[in-house]
Amino acid sequence: MNEQSIERREHYLNVNYGIRSWLFTTDHKRIAWLYLLSVTFFFFIGGFFATLIRLELLTPQGDLVQAETYNKLFTMHGVTMVFFFLIPSIPAVLGNFLVPMMIGARDLAFPRLNLASWYIFILGGLFTVAAAAAGGVDTGWTFYTPYSSIYSNTHVALTVVGIFITGFSSILTGLNFIVTIHTMRAPGMTWFRLPLFIWAHYATSIIFILGTPVIAIALTLVGLERIFHLGIFDPALGGDPLLFQHLFWFYSHPAVYIMILPAMGVVSELIACFSRKRVFGYGFVAFSSLAIAVLGFLVWGHHMFVAGQSVHAGMVFSLLSFLVAIPSAIKVFNWTATLHKGSVSYNAPMLYALGFIGLFTIGGLTGLFLATLGIDIHVHDTYFVIAHFHYIMVGGAVMGYLGGIHFWWPKMTGRIYPEVWARIAALVIFIGFNLTFFPQFILGYLGMPRRYHVYPPEFQVLNVMSTAGASILAVGYVLPLLYLMWSLRYGAVAGANPWRARGLEWQTASPPPTDNFDRTPIVTEGAYAYEKEPEEIYTFGKPAHV
Amino acid sequence: MAARVDALFFFLVGVSLFFAALICILIVYFAIKYRRRSEDEQPAPIEGDLRLEILWTVIPLGLTMVMFVWGAKLFFVTYHPPSNSLEINVVAKQWMWKVQHPEGQSEIDELHIPLGRPIKLILTSQDVIHDFFVPAFRVKKDVLPGRYTTLWFEATKAGEYHLFCAQYCGTQHSGMVGRIVVMEPTQYQTWLSGGTTGIAMATAGAKLFQTLGCATCHMENDTGRGPSLVGLFGKTVQLQGGKSMVADETYIRESILNPSAKVVAGYQPIMPTFKGLISEDGIFQIIAYLKSLNRQEGAQAQK
Repeated sequence: MNEQSIERREHYLNVNYGIRSWLFTTDHKRIAWLYLLSVTFFFFIGGFFATLIRLELLTPQGDLVQAETYNKLFTMHGVTMVFFFLIPSIPAVLGNFLVPMMIGARDLAFPRLNLASWYIFILGGLFTVAAAAAGGVDTGWTFYTPYSSIYSNTHVALTVVGIFITGFSSILTGLNFIVTIHTMRAPGMTWFRLPLFIWAHYATSIIFILGTPVIAIALTLVGLERIFHLGIFDPALGGDPLLFQHLFWFYSHPAVYIMILPAMGVVSELIACFSRKRVFGYGFVAFSSLAIAVLGFLVWGHHMFVAGQSVHAGMVFSLLSFLVAIPSAIKVFNWTATLHKGSVSYNAPMLYALGFIGLFTIGGLTGLFLATLGIDIHVHDTYFVIAHFHYIMVGGAVMGYLGGIHFWWPKMTGRIYPEVWARIAALVIFIGFNLTFFPQFILGYLGMPRRYHVYPPEFQVLNVMSTAGASILAVGYVLPLLYLMWSLRYGAVAGANPWRARGLEWQTASPPPTDNFDRTPIVTEGAYAYEKEPEEIYTFGKPAHV
Repeated sequence: MAARVDALFFFLVGVSLFFAALICILIVYFAIKYRRRSEDEQPAPIEGDLRLEILWTVIPLGLTMVMFVWGAKLFFVTYHPPSNSLEINVVAKQWMWKVQHPEGQSEIDELHIPLGRPIKLILTSQDVIHDFFVPAFRVKKDVLPGRYTTLWFEATKAGEYHLFCAQYCGTQHSGMVGRIVVMEPTQYQTWLSGGTTGIAMATAGAKLFQTLGCATCHMENDTGRGPSLVGLFGKTVQLQGGKSMVADETYIRESILNPSAKVVAGYQPIMPTFKGLISEDGIFQIIAYLKSLNRQEGAQAQK
C-alpha cells in the first residue's frame, strides 16, 4: 500500500467532506472522532486545573491562589476528568469505533441515537463549562450535602444540570452497545469467540444503564433542595445528609469500573497481539468483567466507613469490597501468564499495556488497605486515597486509553504513529506518573488530608516531589498530542493489519470503508487464534451492501 | 491503638510488596525471555490452566479474608469506648472546633486531655459535615449535623498532635485545624482548675433547664405535664405505639428539637420544639445536667 492508494480508495474519512458531513454523520467511526476531539479537549482542561493544583501545593502556605479558588480548582478538575474524560474516553471513542468492527457489523444498532448521545454529551459539557466560566463550583466532585445543597455559594445547580444531561449520553451509549452485541454479531461470531474488549464493554454498558439513573436522581435531589429548599439532605430542613452519600456512591463506585473495565478490555487485546498468543484463561478474563460489574454495585458503603454508618453495615461492605478484588486479581494473573512462552514485542501500545498491569496492580493492592476497616479509619480522606484512585484511573484507565489509541491509530487514520517518539512518551508518562503519585501514599499515611489548600510544613518535601513528577507527566501527555497530529499527514501508511493481529477489525482496509466490511465476514475461530492465519479464521460471504 | 493499626498496615504493605514484586518480576522476566526474535515467530497456543486459575483465586481470597477479619476486629474496638472513658463534647462549625469539658472548661481548636485515660468524644456539627481526624492516634470520624457520632482514643505519650478536619467543608476547610495537647494527669488537673473557668456543664445545663422553662412541666416528683427526667438517662423508656428505646444522647437531642417524634407512653404530645431556642452546646449542657440527675439519684439511693 502506498501514499496514493490510501487517497484513491474510498473510505469513511474521504467519502464526503465538509463540516456538515461530520456534524450530521451517523457513521460510528466518525462519531468516535467527534468524541475523541471532545474528550481530548476536556482532558487538557482538566489537566490545566491539575497543573494549578500541583503548583499551589509546591509550598505549604497557600500563596498562589486563594482558598476559594483552590477549592474550585480541585472540584473542576474532578468533575471534568471523571464525567467528561474518564467515563466517555474508552467506551465512546474506542468502543464506538471498534464494537461494530470487532463483531463484524456495519454500524451500531441505533446510529442516530449514537449521534444524539454525542450531542447530549456536548450539551452537558457546555453547561459545565458555563459553570466554570461563570465562576466555578467549590463542592468537590462528590457534591456532599448539605454543603452542596445549602451552604455553597457557587454554581452548583448549573454543574449538576450539566452532569445530569451528560448521564443520558452514557445511558444511550450503553444501550446501543448491548443491543448491538446481542443482535448484530457476524455469522459464526459466538459469545465465546468475542474479543475480551467486547466483553469488557458489555459489562461496562450494564453499569451505564443501571447506575447512571441513580446519580441523575441524586443530583436532581441536590438541585431541588438547593433551589426549592425541599428537606431531603439537610437535617435543618428535616433531611438526612448520609442519604446523599448512599445515592452518590451507588453510582460513583460502579463508575470506577466504568473507567477501568474498558481499559482492561484494551489491555487484553494488546497483550494478546504483542505476545502473539491467545489470552490465557479467556473464559476467566471474560467472566471476571461481568463479576466486577455485578459485585461493583454492592460495595458503595466502603466510602462511608467513617461517615457514621453502623458498624455492621461497615463490616458487610468491607467483606464485599474484598470480594470485588478477586476478579481483578484473576485478570492480572492471566495477563501475566499470557506473556509466558509468547513472542513479546515492545511496541508502544505494549509498553502502555505492561505499564497498565504494573500500575493497576499497585492501585488494586492499595485498594485492599481502604477495604480493611481498621486501616481505612486512618487513611480515609487523606492523600492515600488520592494516590490509590489515581493509580486506578490514571495509571490504569488513562494508560489503557493511550495504549488503545496508539494500537488502533493505524486503523482509524490509515497511518502509523512514530514508534520511537511513542515509546519515549510511554516511558516519560510511566516515570512521571509514579513520581507524582507514589509520594502521595506516604503523605496519606503521615496524615495529610485531601482537599487542603494550606498544609503543615512537614509535608512539603513529598509535595515538591509530587509536583516535580506532575511536570514530567505533563510533558508525557503533550508528546502524543503533537506526534499523533503530525502522523495524520506524515505518518507511514499502515496497511490493513500492521500488527498482524487476528481481531476482525484488522481484516478490513485501514481506514475502513463506511460499511466496515465489503463483504459479510464469517467467523470460525475466536479472536486470538494467533497460531492460525487470518484466512483460516475468517471467510467473507456476500457483498455487505446489496 | 496506633500501634495495632500500624501492625495491620504493615502486614498489608508486606503482602502488597510481595504481589507487586511477583507481578513485576514475572512481567519483566517473561518480556525479556520470550522477546520476539524474528518477525515470523509463532508461539504454540496455550488455552489456560484450570489448576492455576483455582490457585490464584483461592490464595488471594484467603489472604483478603485474613485482612477482613483482622481489620473488622480493630474496627469493632474503635466503635466501643471503654466504660471508664472521660466524655468530652465537641461541636464543629465552619471553620472551628468548639470543645466543652464536663468541668466547664471550653476551648476553641484545642483539646487538652490527660495521658493514659480513654477519651470519648461526642461530636456534632452546627452546619455541614466535618471530620475529626487525629493522624497520630489513627482515628477519624465524620461529624454530622443533626446527629451525634462518637470516637474514642487513649493517648500514650504526652505532647502536641495535629487535629485536622478531614471532610471537605467549604472555603476554609484547610484552616479548620487545631492541636491535641496530651498532658500528665496532674498537669491536666491544674489546667482544668486554672485560667478562665466556666461553670460546670451540668450546672450550666441546670440553669438552662430553668430559663427555658423545662422545669415547669418536667417536675422532679413526676406530677408535671411531662415525665420526670430524674434517672432518665440510659434507661429504657416506653413510647406511645408500644415501642421502647434507650434514652441516650441522640434520643434526648431529638426530644428537645422534635418532641413529637417519640412521645413517652401516657403523655400528650404537647411539648413545643426548642429548635432555634437552644444551641448545640446548650443541648450538650442539658444532657450533662440530666446525667448529673442520675448520679444524684444514685447517691440518694445509697443513703
